[in-house]
Amino acid sequence: MDTERSVVPAAVLASLSAVCAAVREADPAADAVAGVVPSFVASPTSTDEASALLRAAAEHGLTVVPRGAGSGLGWGTPPSSCDLVVDMRRMDQVIEHAAGDLVARVQAGATMGSVASALGAAGQQIALDLPADATVGGVVATGTAGPRRFRYGAPRDLLIGITVVRADGVVAHSGGKVVKNVAGYDLGKLFCGSRGTLGLITEATFRLHPLPAAEAWVTGKFGPSDRAGVASAVASAAGSALVPSAVELAWTGPPVELRVGVLLEGTPSGVQERAKLMAELLTAAGGTPTAPSQTPFTWWEQVSASGLPGTVIRVSFWVSQLADVLDALAEARASAGVRPAVGGPAGAGVLYAVLHEETEDAAAALFVRALRARLEGVFAGSADGSGLVRGGVAVLAAPAAVLAAAGPDGPVPGADLMRAVKDQFDPGHRMFPDLMFPGQLSGGS
Amino acid sequence: MTTSIEALVPRLREICGAGNVITDPLELRTYECDGLTSHRSVPALVVLPGAAAEVASVVAACAAAGVPFVARGSGTGLSGGALPHKDGVLVVMSRMRSIIEVDPASRRAIVEPGATNLSVSKAAAPFGLFYAPDPSSQVICSIGGNVAENSGGAHCLKHGFTVNHVTGLQIVTPSGELVWLGDGTGVTSGYDLLGAFIGSEGTLGIVTKVVVKLMPLPEVVHTLLAAYATTAEGGRAVSDIIGAGIVPAAIEMMDALSIEAAEAAVQCNYPAGAGAVLIVELDGPAAEVEAELATVRALCEKAGATEIRAADDPAQRAVIWAGRKSAFAAVGRISPAFIVQDGVVPRTSLGAVLARIASLSSQSGIRVANVFHAGDGNLHPLVLYDDSVPGQTEAAEELSGAILDACLEQGGSITGEHGVGVDKSRYMPKMFGADDLDTMQLVRCAFDPASLCNPGKVFPTPRLCGEVPGHRRPPHPAVAAGQAEIF
Repeated sequence: MDTERSVVPAAVLASLSAVCAAVREADPAADAVAGVVPSFVASPTSTDEASALLRAAAEHGLTVVPRGAGSGLGWGTPPSSCDLVVDMRRMDQVIEHAAGDLVARVQAGATMGSVASALGAAGQQIALDLPADATVGGVVATGTAGPRRFRYGAPRDLLIGITVVRADGVVAHSGGKVVKNVAGYDLGKLFCGSRGTLGLITEATFRLHPLPAAEAWVTGKFGPSDRAGVASAVASAAGSALVPSAVELAWTGPPVELRVGVLLEGTPSGVQERAKLMAELLTAAGGTPTAPSQTPFTWWEQVSASGLPGTVIRVSFWVSQLADVLDALAEARASAGVRPAVGGPAGAGVLYAVLHEETEDAAAALFVRALRARLEGVFAGSADGSGLVRGGVAVLAAPAAVLAAAGPDGPVPGADLMRAVKDQFDPGHRMFPDLMFPGQLSGGS
Repeated sequence: MTTSIEALVPRLREICGAGNVITDPLELRTYECDGLTSHRSVPALVVLPGAAAEVASVVAACAAAGVPFVARGSGTGLSGGALPHKDGVLVVMSRMRSIIEVDPASRRAIVEPGATNLSVSKAAAPFGLFYAPDPSSQVICSIGGNVAENSGGAHCLKHGFTVNHVTGLQIVTPSGELVWLGDGTGVTSGYDLLGAFIGSEGTLGIVTKVVVKLMPLPEVVHTLLAAYATTAEGGRAVSDIIGAGIVPAAIEMMDALSIEAAEAAVQCNYPAGAGAVLIVELDGPAAEVEAELATVRALCEKAGATEIRAADDPAQRAVIWAGRKSAFAAVGRISPAFIVQDGVVPRTSLGAVLARIASLSSQSGIRVANVFHAGDGNLHPLVLYDDSVPGQTEAAEELSGAILDACLEQGGSITGEHGVGVDKSRYMPKMFGADDLDTMQLVRCAFDPASLCNPGKVFPTPRLCGEVPGHRRPPHPAVAAGQAEIF
């Protein structure tokens, strides 16, 4: 619908301004979406205003990109067209915090940091580890979760209600403000990870968790090549009745040792006891445990210390295949001659491989292809004949040349149904048009 | 039997084997209802496929003939979700019940949809693992049915629902194609169709394989029973426990009438004269649970408990649970007929809604026994009536509906775990606006534009899907080359 535009921009601006108080012409430097400069930026302050805005945008056939903090917009392919950016940051309120019910309803433009402060005062949290400046809407739209996804899941597991504005301006709700609720289809699940392609998220309701009284990270160090030991440690920690909240792995390659980090949350005495038992478990797997620490286990800084990340790859797998995945990473690393930093919630079946931005495009693409080739048999190798492929290698972010050469994703099961859903929600394909690469539609960092 | 269905019979026999296609009217009658017996409809035809490929062929044949089809697991559903279509095919999944694989290191199992909920936990137990969602009917209810209803159970307060424990589904789409949603990892590329499918009550397709997440069996489990003079006192204990930052595995409450019924049925020997009984279960590492148990006990006493019992071995815990687990069936001892309601309110509104139920009950002269998942505000009022007394059935149904209104007034839901099915579709417009329902049905249109898959359920008014308007551009070169998808 982005062709044959018959309305002059001034008239469009007037039309948008008539329904939304804050509409302006875009600033090419500040408002570009992955290099694509929009015509207008509008900042609605309510769901009603957002609805009127999208209705007006629909009348003019405008292409629309929703924006929160903007931190995820540059990942993946640019939109094929972007007339209007809807900046959600003026919808930044915690609408309701029912502490006794462990539920909070928030506007999409509220930052995770501001929500965390409001909930923290009552000793509660949305159990997702995310940057404080990310917006709630951005987190839901990207489906992002951090280390504690092992215990608490991703946004889709914590979201219990949602309000969205469709491409045609219609406002729709699903779910509610009670944790247990099976009335109607759960549109919230569909919008988690939809990256703005199905509509605009304006409000979200979450189930909350109590903030733990105590927490500790236990880290086990393994030899730089002890991939089997590390795989077994991750499986043991993840399968232990000590109830870890996170089971992370970090590996930057020889000579740096492999590390497994386990987060325990609970009462002070309970955490102390469980940390001791977890250290014994890591020792039994061949690791050398360090003393329990309050400092979060990290691996990302090993990339960011020396510059910006260039290519971010996500490998998802069944935990029993972790040793194969690590072998594949080692082989791909050697054959492509690159030095990826590898880390992530391995206990939850996810690892990220990050290549520095100065990595040559050809080498980065070769790394991805080698990884896929090596893992293809591992993921599809089951004998059940059902066609289940147990994992995948997705390129979440990369220079255009790397994406073009490596391809963003393997075959995605259910892709035809996904296309049908998109056609139903946004028949004109005006919401974040032609955002590609389903691999980055969810899972996040 | 309509002619189009009659024409299907030879094809279905070819697919499933003659012995697995039921046409005999008497045998068909066996399938006329699920666990909600107030709605009945004899299917035109029943098939019992033995494999995923057979299900796909059955559905493809139905789709080609324009014949509606409904999937059925164990038939324990309480909202009529598996109520057959009188001019349609009922696809019964009971032959597909194998546990295909348990992968203990990945904490995953692949099972067929007809497998019972409990059989999954039994298969996982030798590896120290279990499947967390535990609806009360877990001995008999099927995993496929659990997926359709997004089943919970007493322990979902801490451990979550089916949607949090299923990481992959092989489905037959309403056009008859076998497709995987999710790959078992728990990470999705593209839209989370797996999440949207779970809880869609059989209206988006038929499940043929399920990848479930398994959890390590807890190191210890402690169950505590506290007796109170009133449900209000018990409710205060619940609020205090949650307020202390403790999330028990389960918090259940029963009122005096449901205790009386349970006592009559299973002699559960709950404290005599109690106006309410609270059951709190704590599970997890010993190092944590011991500390939590002391806090919970103190809070229960502070709220006015007249007696507290505690159990930490399976046999003693089973004694405490016996009364609660028997409650639904037990009311049969004190009433000729009853309706099981399934409303939800915010936990902090429990007191208000219980008072409202009591007043509705005294106004109508119809007794209500209350059994509920107090931790998550999910009420199961049992509306007791005598169907041999003229007018009582209608009065009971009216009261049952008024309870849902009371739940909605508190910002709650018309169903926490039993589903909408045929039973509650008429209440959907009270909870959702026309635009909400219209938008939900866009998903239906994407999956099942012909509306043949379990039609007439969930939504009061079906949406006409029609052709999608709008101008289409040629596909992106990368899509055409099969390298990418565009959303």
